Amino acid sequence: MSTDGVDLKKRRFLTLATTAVGAVGAGFVAVPFIASMQPSARARAAGAPVEADISKLEPGQLMRVEWRGKPVWIVRRTAEALETLAKLESKLADPASDESAQPQNAKNAHRSIKEEYFIAVGICTHLGCSPSFVPDPGGDLGSDWLGGFFCPCHGSRFDIAGRVYAGVPAPLNLEVPPHTYISDSRIVIGDVGGAA
Amino acid sequence: MTNFVGWIDDRFPLTKVWNEHLAQYYAPRNFNFWYFFGSLAILMLVNQIVTGIWLTMHYKPDAAMAFASVEYIMRDVEWGWLLRYLHSTGASMFFVVIYLHMFRALLYGSYKQPRELLWIFGMVIYVALMAEAFMGYLLPWGQMSFWGAQVIISLFGAIPYVGEGLAQWIRGDFVISDATLNRFFAFHVIAVPLVLCALVFLHIVALHKVGSNNPDGVEIKNNKDENGIPLDGIPFHPYYSVKDIAGVVVFLFVFSIIVFFAPEMNGYFLEKDNFVPANPLKTPEHIAPLWYFTPFYAILRAVPDKLGGVIAMGGAIAILFVLPWLDRSPVKSMRYRGMLSKLALGIFVISFFALGWLGMQAATPEFTILARIFSLIYFAFFILMPFYTKMETTKPVPERVT
Repeated sequence: MSTDGVDLKKRRFLTLATTAVGAVGAGFVAVPFIASMQPSARARAAGAPVEADISKLEPGQLMRVEWRGKPVWIVRRTAEALETLAKLESKLADPASDESAQPQNAKNAHRSIKEEYFIAVGICTHLGCSPSFVPDPGGDLGSDWLGGFFCPCHGSRFDIAGRVYAGVPAPLNLEVPPHTYISDSRIVIGDVGGAA
Repeated sequence: MTNFVGWIDDRFPLTKVWNEHLAQYYAPRNFNFWYFFGSLAILMLVNQIVTGIWLTMHYKPDAAMAFASVEYIMRDVEWGWLLRYLHSTGASMFFVVIYLHMFRALLYGSYKQPRELLWIFGMVIYVALMAEAFMGYLLPWGQMSFWGAQVIISLFGAIPYVGEGLAQWIRGDFVISDATLNRFFAFHVIAVPLVLCALVFLHIVALHKVGSNNPDGVEIKNNKDENGIPLDGIPFHPYYSVKDIAGVVVFLFVFSIIVFFAPEMNGYFLEKDNFVPANPLKTPEHIAPLWYFTPFYAILRAVPDKLGGVIAMGGAIAILFVLPWLDRSPVKSMRYRGMLSKLALGIFVISFFALGWLGMQAATPEFTILARIFSLIYFAFFILMPFYTKMETTKPVPERVT
């Protein structure tokens, strides 16, 4: 084949331009494939807020509700349990919850809107196991255990406000989900009350 | 017959391919026991694909039905128990074969120049195989399936900024759910197997370009006769095709004994907690992955920091990719290396087994310290390799294979 009279510069430009346009097209085509793997509308709808009735919860008890497929704990803390919070500060990784996830109105010493009720996602911030509720001091966890949550998977410890102890695998305090009180005995989890 | 083959040859390079890759592909004449595992890996790949196809005929990739459909295969499907055990035991035996195949490369320096790319293709196969095994383990939808996947996908959440979004994109939901099971099924039965087959093809093409290494680490292409045939080479077919068949027979003895008498291997091949259906609200007391992941799991747990642990675990696999450039020894085979290399390899093998055992145990403070020590040894083997392989005095390598 003769290449006489071929404008190589133009040919190169056209090849590059075609490649570039093709790459952009491939990029656009990739969007539906990647986006289809995101949570679907149905999965997002299942992530809608859930309501819980806390009127029957006695002091010292924990109840679980399911929100977005995760266990959410509602703990009614006793006065003795609340007293342990101040004593533990020196042993915790993030006592003021600066690094951890919670709504603004629960970023306080007791990590809840009302001091008595503690609401948290019952999933360890390490690798996603669900810790056990161990409210009684002492026992298998040693004499300095003051009550809280213990993750059997990798041994992370949390106090009764879900704050993580220092020197355990979990990096952060348990997540407090957005929640709001619609009356004294009913709360909505997953809703901050108008703001969301 | 000749006419028929001739007719084909005019239209498709049948005789040419047969000769180039089998009848006139010259492999070193001194292959030993360690050279069985390449062909056994292909055997296991075929076993997994065939039994896997038959399992999909009865399995339901649905969170509400998956656990029951596996039990249905085990109890009600004709020979279903055999197909399922061939597949589940096959997965573990695949890793046994692959680990021995990789050890052979360490022993005889089969990753060294000019086989770097061959080694890298092999490493990509290994990583793809780990993904394949991990996603397959979710499908029975037992407690270990669920919580194992929860822990491993949470690893992606440790990546700064994009981690949580990435983990959610992988799950397709806020937690492991039906969406996750369904997509893992898609990846496990079609996407990753296609990639694996393509990679195996590339691995073999690369092997046949450079030729096989051998226990002496001597390049047989350096000594050819007047016809250009390596003096120390013998045609792959029939010599090694027949040798490999003998290996297959012995391997199938062992494989059958496990499949028929110990398919669960006392919890090592099928974990006990996985006979309980997945429960998203309750974590089993003790979570451990299957044995072939436990060395890396032990490294993950040894680091007292979430992101650090994930980096160490990823690094433990990633460092294998650069092995050809870490090894500065002038000789390939362990036979002609000095004491330092032999000692290093021995200690590395011990630490790999120790990490594998520790990864199965609960993380007590004593075991955590041990895991840290063995993790350091694991990395030291690679990081110090450029020094000890260069320092030591090697023995003279013979001109021809022995």
